This record gives sequence, structure tokens and C-alpha cells, in this order.
Amino acid sequence: MSDVAARPAPNLLANGWVKAGLILAAILAAALIGARLDGSGTLHKIFIDPFQQMASAPDLLVQTIWEGLVSGVLYALIALGFVLIFKASGVFNFAQGIMVVFSALTLVGLYEMGVPAFLAVILTLGVMFVLAVAIERVVLRPLVNQPDIILFMATFGITYFLIGLGESVFGGNPKQMITEQLYLPKGAVDLKILGGFVSLQKIDIAAAIIASVMIAVLALFFQYTRIGRALRAVADSHKAALSVGISLNQIWVIVWFTAGIVALITGIMWGARSDVSFALEIVALKALPVLILGGFTSIPGAIIGGLIIGIGEKMGEFYWGPLIGGGIESWLAYFIALGFLLFRPQGLFGDKIIERI
Amino acid sequence: MNAEPMTMTGAPVREVLLSVENVSLRFGGVKAITDVSFDIRKGEVRAIIGPNGAGKTSMLNCINGFYQPLEGQITFKGERRQKMRPHRAAAAGIARTFQNVALFKGMSTLDNIMTGRTLKMNCGFFWQMLRHGPAMTEEIEHRKVVEDIIDFLQIEHIRKLPVGKLPYGLQKRVELGRALAMEPELLLLDEPMAGMNLEEKEDMCRFILDVNQQFGTTIALIEHDMGVVMDLSDRVVVLEYGRKIADGTPAEVKADQKVIDAYLGVAH
Repeated sequence: MSDVAARPAPNLLANGWVKAGLILAAILAAALIGARLDGSGTLHKIFIDPFQQMASAPDLLVQTIWEGLVSGVLYALIALGFVLIFKASGVFNFAQGIMVVFSALTLVGLYEMGVPAFLAVILTLGVMFVLAVAIERVVLRPLVNQPDIILFMATFGITYFLIGLGESVFGGNPKQMITEQLYLPKGAVDLKILGGFVSLQKIDIAAAIIASVMIAVLALFFQYTRIGRALRAVADSHKAALSVGISLNQIWVIVWFTAGIVALITGIMWGARSDVSFALEIVALKALPVLILGGFTSIPGAIIGGLIIGIGEKMGEFYWGPLIGGGIESWLAYFIALGFLLFRPQGLFGDKIIERI
Repeated sequence: MNAEPMTMTGAPVREVLLSVENVSLRFGGVKAITDVSFDIRKGEVRAIIGPNGAGKTSMLNCINGFYQPLEGQITFKGERRQKMRPHRAAAAGIARTFQNVALFKGMSTLDNIMTGRTLKMNCGFFWQMLRHGPAMTEEIEHRKVVEDIIDFLQIEHIRKLPVGKLPYGLQKRVELGRALAMEPELLLLDEPMAGMNLEEKEDMCRFILDVNQQFGTTIALIEHDMGVVMDLSDRVVVLEYGRKIADGTPAEVKADQKVIDAYLGVAH
């Protein structure tokens, strides 16, 4: 009798899902009660009207999801660059966004100087390789074994260095991406579905295909080759990797170069949709909520996180934005990420940090 | 008749593979190792023992390049070096395992042991991207070596399992496998039997002896289990507070008064 009483009741609230379920139930209950008392119809506008709109105009819904998917792919690409570097060196590379701008700017800049388009791509890859080697030599190697925060601050330095270098060599004006010269398609495909039209930009379709192919190639490379194995080994344990003769310096160059290639492809695709300017850097910060969603160490997480953020913010903007005057696209992603931090801080696919004490 | 020269005890004197001369190591004000010298001869099992904090692991870390000795030098295969990076040491033929298993937790047993072949594989980036031609041939050839090691260590049943989920004893065995895959000339084992039960210890002892005898690998090991040390090793170095206090055959070391004092304490 007494020992039964002494056992503490299981704390259901400690379980994140139970907590989330309770809060959802509370919101739902409040909505149902509110709907009865709701004079002005605000709750109706939030919880019922948007879904009615979706059902009544499915073609618009498909269009919105497509738009979200495309920006989601681009967010995923930027996040992929972050994850590659974070896994291999434990550095959160703040400069990934500016690497996107810098590579695109170099490509367009070289073309404007009279270099043929495809040669310019190859030269840009060369520039990204030199950059990777330089970062490894000048930044990573002297700072090895320093606390993570110092390496993080160093990537701020890289960011401002690249902004300065890019501006002084290629100028600060927005540039037009050389889509035609790279044989990227233009125009749109109109699909007649669900009693309406859905218009898909050809460049968006190309972006989705190229991104998928690149991600598949990276995944295969990581899984089945010696260098891929070495990269995964470094991500798991630095000292064990060193003990089997893997050179950290070489791996870091490879990883930063790979992130540079990803940055160039992202830059081309994003530049083709808007233009190439340093404003892109702000967009690149969207990778942060994507990473919080997907987990900092997971490549599939980066992809799925990117798609969720992309689709979520487009849907939010289109269906719920008008309620508060629009413009929620710019902050909704961070809002979603905040929700995730409360319930699943390691992200959807990230490693849960369990430490033996 | 060119018999090898003999020592007094009758064991052949073999060529020195690695020699440590007057090595000192400090971390700030803490003296981890002070003026230690000893050598490791080709083909022997050399034990490094001593109470906790004696500097045994620091010594191994100096040998494989994780630490750079502040003073003194280390000569491996006749090559003297002041500074050595760990991956250079690995390339020169030094493999090691760690006190608290350091495996690649997310990867399978097979992949973990395959990483040991990294230095033996030299196919270019381009072929690897294509995963065809020479890269494929190379992959198959090295996979075969790895499968042999898996057979040798009797871990066929866990080939495809991620190592993070394996019991500790098996993880230690996988780690030994990874070191063996490097086909090292000198194998450093940092407490290979720590945390194991009797049966696992006996298995591990057998593997260590087999490696030493079948492949002729020179082994330096740190171990706390005195029974194991006495059975396995040809010669023993004893460290205490970073200094060498004894060096010799297990029997000699066991009889040494300083060693007895270090382990049992001494009346003041």
C-alpha cells in the first residue's frame, strides 16, 4: 500500500506529443466555443474561410503549392550547403548565403568581361575551389580546436570579406543572370487541371529537376565512395578519422568546395528568378528556420525542411496573409521554426543530443 | 649460421622499430610526461603500464602524432621526427584504438572497417564520382580484405549494423578491425580490454596474440589487468607520474621494488 503511494504519478506533460496534442485540443475547443460567440467572424476567417477557399478553387491551391515548392527547393539547396559544412567541421557557416551571391556574381561578372558562358561556369568553379583552399588555410587551420563560437564568428568575417571583394571586383549593382546563354528554358507551361489553369515557369521546373539530380548525386557519392566514406567518418569523430589516416585539411577543402558548387547552382537558379544582387543574402537567412526544422546534421532534413518552409509560407501568405494586411511571408518561416524549437529542438531528423554523465 | 644475437634470457634481440628518446610533455603547468625513453622492437608485444594518470595515454598520443612532445624525439623505422601529424603517422604505418571506443557511430561495421583502407586506396576523385572502372575494381579488392578481417574477428553477424547500437565488447572488436584494416606495422592499443567481461577478455587476448603471431604486427598496449599484461607481453614499461620507473620482462618488472611501491603504496 505505502510503496504504491510513494511512486510518483507518470508525468504525461513531459512528453512533447502529449503537450502538443493538449495545446491543439485547447485551440480547437476555443475555436468551437469562439465560433458561437464570435460576432465579427474573425475566428471564422482564420479557421474556416481559408479552407473553403482552397476547396472552391483547387487550381489556385495547386498554383500556390507549386510556388511554395519551388522556393522550398531553393531554400533546401542553401540549407544543404550549411549541413555539408556543419557535419564535416562542426562550423555553422554564416557565409553560405554570401557564397551563393558571390558565385553567381562571379559567373555573371566573368561573362560581362567577355568570357563565353560555359567557360565562365568552369572558371567560377575554379574560383570556388581557390576560395575553399584559402578558407581552409587562412581561417580553419589556425583556428582548429577553438570553441565553435569562434569559428562561427570567423565565418562572419568571411561574409564581409566576400561582400567587399565581390563589390570591388564586380560592382554593387544588381545584375541579370545569363539564363539564355546557359540554355536554361524560358517562358511558362500552362496546365489545364481542376477546372482552371496552373501556370508553371519552365525555369522553375528546370530548377526542381537540377536540384533533385544534384542531391541524388551527392547522396550516392557520400554513400558509396572512399571520399564519401571519409567525409562521413570526419562528421562522426575527428580523432578516429585522424587515426585511420584521413587528413582533416583535405576533407575540409573538399567539403567547402562542394558547398561552393551547391552555392553556384543555387545562385544560378535564384538569379534566374529575380536578379543577382547582395539582397539575396537576406533570403539565404531563410535557411536558418529550414535547418531548425530539418535538423542541422541531416541532408534529407534540409530538403524536407526546405519544402515545408517554402510551401508553408506561400500558403500562409495567400490564404491567411490578407487577414492582417499581408506581408507575413517574410516572418512566417521563423514563426514555424519557433514552434518547432518548443517541441522538437533537434529538428525532424537531427540527432538527439544525449550525453552520458 | 647467422643466428640472431641473444640476450641473457635467451630471447632474440630484434631490430628497433620505434624508439622514444627523452620525451617530455606538458599541459600548461601539468607535467604529463617527464624525460621518458624506451624502445619497441619489431614483432614484440610491448606493454605500457602504470597507475591512473601516469601518462600512458599521453605517451600513445605522442607516438601517433595527436600530441607533439615538448622535448625529446621519436624515431619510427629509422626516421626521426620532431613534429608529426596524425594522418602522416597513419601513412607511416601506425594504427591505434582508443580508451573510450572512437568509432563512426552512424556507419555500419563494414563501412567503419573500410575507412581503415582509406590510405591504401588511391583512385582519383573523377573515377569515384563515376563509381566505375578503376574505382569499382579498387572498391571490390579492398572489400575482400575487409571481409577477411571480419572473418578473422568473427563479427560476420554484425556486418551491416550501425556500430552505435552494438554492445561495448563488440564495438571494441570493430575498432580493432578498423586498425587492422590499415595493415599497420605498429599497432597501439589503449586499454583493449577495459570494461569487458571475462569471456570477452579471453577473446580479445586471443585476437591480439593471433595478430602478433600470424601477421607479425608489432603491438604496444596499455592495460590495467595485470594477469593479461603478464601473459601477453614480451616486455613492459612502467610509468608513474609521467616518469619511467621500470622497464623489462614481465617477471623482472613484477619483482621490481619501485613497481610494487607504485601499485601498493609505500609506508612513509
